[in-house]
Amino acid sequence: MLEFPRWKKIWLWAITLIAIVCALPSILSGTSVRWPDALPDPMVNLGLDLAGGSHILLEANPEQVAEQRIENMEESVRSVMRQASPRIRIGDVSTSGNQLSFMVDSSADVDRARELMLPLVNGVGLTREWTLAVVDETRFTLEPTSDGISNAVTDAMDSATEVVRKRIDALGTREPTIIRQGDTRIVVQVPGLQDPDQLKKLLGQTAKLEFKLVDQAALPSDVEQGIAPPGSQIFPYAEGTDFAGSSIAVRRLGGIKGDSLTNAQQSVDPQTNEAVVSITFDQQGGAKFAKLTTENVNKPFAIILDGKVLSAPNINEPIRGGSAQISGNFTTESANELAISLRSGALPVDLTVVEERTVGPDLGADSIRKGMLAMGVGSLLVILLMIFTYGRFGIYATAALVLNVLMLLGIMAVLNTTLTLPGIAGFVLTIGAAVDANVLINERIREERKRGRRVVAAVENGYKEASRAIYDANITNFIAGVLLFIFGSGPIRGFAVVLIIGLFTSVFTAVTLTRMWVAGWLRKARPQDLNI
Amino acid sequence: MRLLKLVPDDTNIKFLKYRMPFYVVSLLLIAASWALVMTKGLNYGVDFAGGQEVRLTFSELEEAPIPSLREQIGALGYGDPVIQRFGAANQVSIRVPLPEAVEDTPGAATAIGNEVISAIESTYDNVIRDGNDTVSGKVAGEFREKAVLALLAAMLAISMYIWVRFEWQFGVGALFALVHDVSLTLGMFALFQLEFSLQIIAAILAIIGYSLNDTIVIYDRIRENLKKYRKMPLPELLDLSVNETLARTVMTSLTLLIALVPLLLFGPASLFGLVAAITLGIFVGTYSSVYMAAPILIWLGVTSNSFIPQENVADKQDRIARGES
Repeated sequence: MLEFPRWKKIWLWAITLIAIVCALPSILSGTSVRWPDALPDPMVNLGLDLAGGSHILLEANPEQVAEQRIENMEESVRSVMRQASPRIRIGDVSTSGNQLSFMVDSSADVDRARELMLPLVNGVGLTREWTLAVVDETRFTLEPTSDGISNAVTDAMDSATEVVRKRIDALGTREPTIIRQGDTRIVVQVPGLQDPDQLKKLLGQTAKLEFKLVDQAALPSDVEQGIAPPGSQIFPYAEGTDFAGSSIAVRRLGGIKGDSLTNAQQSVDPQTNEAVVSITFDQQGGAKFAKLTTENVNKPFAIILDGKVLSAPNINEPIRGGSAQISGNFTTESANELAISLRSGALPVDLTVVEERTVGPDLGADSIRKGMLAMGVGSLLVILLMIFTYGRFGIYATAALVLNVLMLLGIMAVLNTTLTLPGIAGFVLTIGAAVDANVLINERIREERKRGRRVVAAVENGYKEASRAIYDANITNFIAGVLLFIFGSGPIRGFAVVLIIGLFTSVFTAVTLTRMWVAGWLRKARPQDLNI
Repeated sequence: MRLLKLVPDDTNIKFLKYRMPFYVVSLLLIAASWALVMTKGLNYGVDFAGGQEVRLTFSELEEAPIPSLREQIGALGYGDPVIQRFGAANQVSIRVPLPEAVEDTPGAATAIGNEVISAIESTYDNVIRDGNDTVSGKVAGEFREKAVLALLAAMLAISMYIWVRFEWQFGVGALFALVHDVSLTLGMFALFQLEFSLQIIAAILAIIGYSLNDTIVIYDRIRENLKKYRKMPLPELLDLSVNETLARTVMTSLTLLIALVPLLLFGPASLFGLVAAITLGIFVGTYSSVYMAAPILIWLGVTSNSFIPQENVADKQDRIARGES
C-alpha cells in the first residue's frame, strides 16, 4: 500500500497540476490578474442564480403544428388539383379533428387525383407522413401519421430555435444560451439581462403576417356575432388599433403570407408622422403582391398579424415595387420589435413562456461574496481543527482538501459545467466527504497504533481498512449522483454534476495523494512513533 | 505538540441499551412528520407551486411592511399572496398564484408581476427589484414529479448496492435510516412552514449522502467485528462497533458543522434554506445511523454467520467423502 514507484508519483503530480492549472482562469477571473490570451481558458460558468440574468423556458404546442400542417396540406391539394391538366374539380373540403377530407366532383378523376396526391403524402425517405384513403367512391380522407406529426414537430422546433436565436441576436444581448429541451421546449438563458420584458415580448410574437382581402359582402351583424359567410373567416382587430374590439370578415383563400420577406425596417410615414414597418418582398412574393393589388384596386385588404387585424387599408393603386408599409398604431418601439420579428422570420409555432427566472446582479454578486466569506471562515476553522487533532496528518489532510477544491474547479472548467446554488450544496457535501475520508484514515491509524502495531504497519493498515468504507460510501453516492442526473430537473442536475466530479477528486486527493505524502515522509524520516 | 482528542480512548457507551424506546420514539417521529406533511402541508415555493414570485428590497425601510403589503396585494384580486422575509429584514419575496387562464397567454404573467410591483412602488420609495420567477402550473407539476422520482430512485439504488456489498439486512437497514432522515426533514419543513423549493431537494440529497456515509462506516465496522468476534452477542457487538467508530463520527460531524455554521450565519440569504436543511440533516443523519440503521440488524436476524460463505450440500458431501472434518 505504501509503495510508490517514481512513474506513479510523476503521474499523480501531473494529474493534480493539470487540474489546478485548469482551475486558474476561473479563479483569476474575479481578480485583476489577467490570464494570458494565448492560452486556452476553460471557465466554470456561474449559473444565473449566482451571476444574475434571465432564464426563460419556452414551450410550443404540438397540436398547433399539426393544425398548421393540415392547413398547408389543404392549400397544396387545391393547387395540385388546379394545376392538373385537365383541371380536377374538388369540393366539400373540410377539416374535422386532424383529418382533412374533400370530394372529387367526377368519379372518373379519382384515380388521377390519387396519383397526384402520392408525392404529397409520402415524406422524405421511407416514412409515410399521411394516411390517404378513398371512402364512398369519391371522397378522399387524409390523416397525418404519428411519424409525420413528430417529424413536423421536430422540424418546427428546429426552425423555431433558429428564429429565437436570430431575434435574440438582433437585441444585441451578450452570450445567450439557446438550447432545445425535450420535444417541445427551448431554454433561453441570457446572463446579465435584467429586464426580460422586451425579450419575452419578442419571443412571444409569432410574427405570422398575412394579407387577405376583406369580404365586403359579409353582413356587419353576422360579423359581430362571429358568423362568417362561406369561404370567409372572421378576425378580431388587434388591441390598440382604432377598431379594437370589433372584428372583420376576410376571404379565406387568395391571400399572401408574409414569409417571403427579404427585409423589414421600422420607419416613419412621412404623411402621418406615424411609426410604421416597411417590408420588402422577395421576387416571388413581390410578384404575388403585385398581382393581388392589381386585381383588387379600390378594394380593402386586411393586414393580419398573428391572427389579429392591424389595419384594413384600401388598395388605391397596384403596388408593384415589391415593398409595402404596415401601419397599425405602432409606437417606435413596437414597430421596431415587429420589424425584428419579421426579419428573423415567423415562428412556425407559437411559443409560450412556461418558466422564467430573473436574478438581479447585486443579489448574485452578494450571494457570491457572502458565500465566499462564509466558506473562507468555515474552511479556516476546519483546517485548524484538523491540524490540532491530527498534527502532521492534519496538515496532509488540509493540503488534500485545498487541492480537492482546486481540482474540482479545474475539472468543472474543462467540462464547461455551470456552478449553481444547489451546486454549492454539492461542493459542501464533497468537502465533507473528503474530510471524512481523512478522519476515517487517521482515526484508524490511531486505533492500529493503540493496538500496538508498528508505525509502518499501522499506517498501512489504517489506509487499507479505512479504504473499504470510503470506497463503499463513494460508490453509493456516485450511484445516487448518476440517478439524480438522469431523473432530476435543472437545479438538481447542477447538484449531481458537482457531486459526481467531487467524488472522484475527493478520493484522489484525500486517499491517494495523502498516502503518497505519508509514504514519502515515512521513508525519509523513518519515525519510531507517530504523534497522532 | 499534544494533539486534541475529542473522544477519549476506549469509550464503552451502551448506545443500544435503550434501543427499544429510541426506536418507538423514532417511529412516532416519522409518523408525526408524515402527519404534519399531510395536514399542514409543505410550504411550496414557486418551483413547486407555480405562480409569479418577485423579490424586493425596501431600501428606505428597516423592515419590510409585510402585513400592509399582504393587504395591498391581496386587494389586486389575484388570490392570497405569499409574502415571506427573504434574507435581511427589509427584503421580501412575494408570490401570487397565476390564474389558470393566464397560463396560456404569453406576457400575462409579466403583466401581473408588473402590476404588483407598480402597486408597491406607488406606495413606497426606492424599492429595488432583486429578481423574479415565473413558473407555470405545468412546469411546477413536472418539477414535483421529477423530484419525487429522483429521490425514490436514489434511495432504492443505494439500498440495492448495500445489499450487494453487505447483506440484505444491511440494505433494509440503510433504506430505513434514509426514510427516517427524509421523513424528519420533510416534517421539520412542514412544522415550521419553511419554503420548500428545488434547492431543498438538493439539500435532502446531500443529507442522504451524508447519512449514508455514516451508516456505511458503522456497517463496515460491524461486518469487520462479526468476522473477528464470532461468539459475541449481537447487541454487544453493535455497541462495540459504534463505540469504535465514535471518534470518527464526532470528528466528521463536528468539522461539517464548523463548515456549515458560518454559512448559516453570514452566508447569502438565498442559501439559507439549503444550509439550514443540511445542518439539521447532519444531526438527524448521525442519529439515524446509530439508532436506526444499527439496531434494526438485531431484529432482522443478522448473525456472525452472515458473512461466512454458506457451504452448500454438495460441497459438504464432497468434504466428507474426502475424509476431511
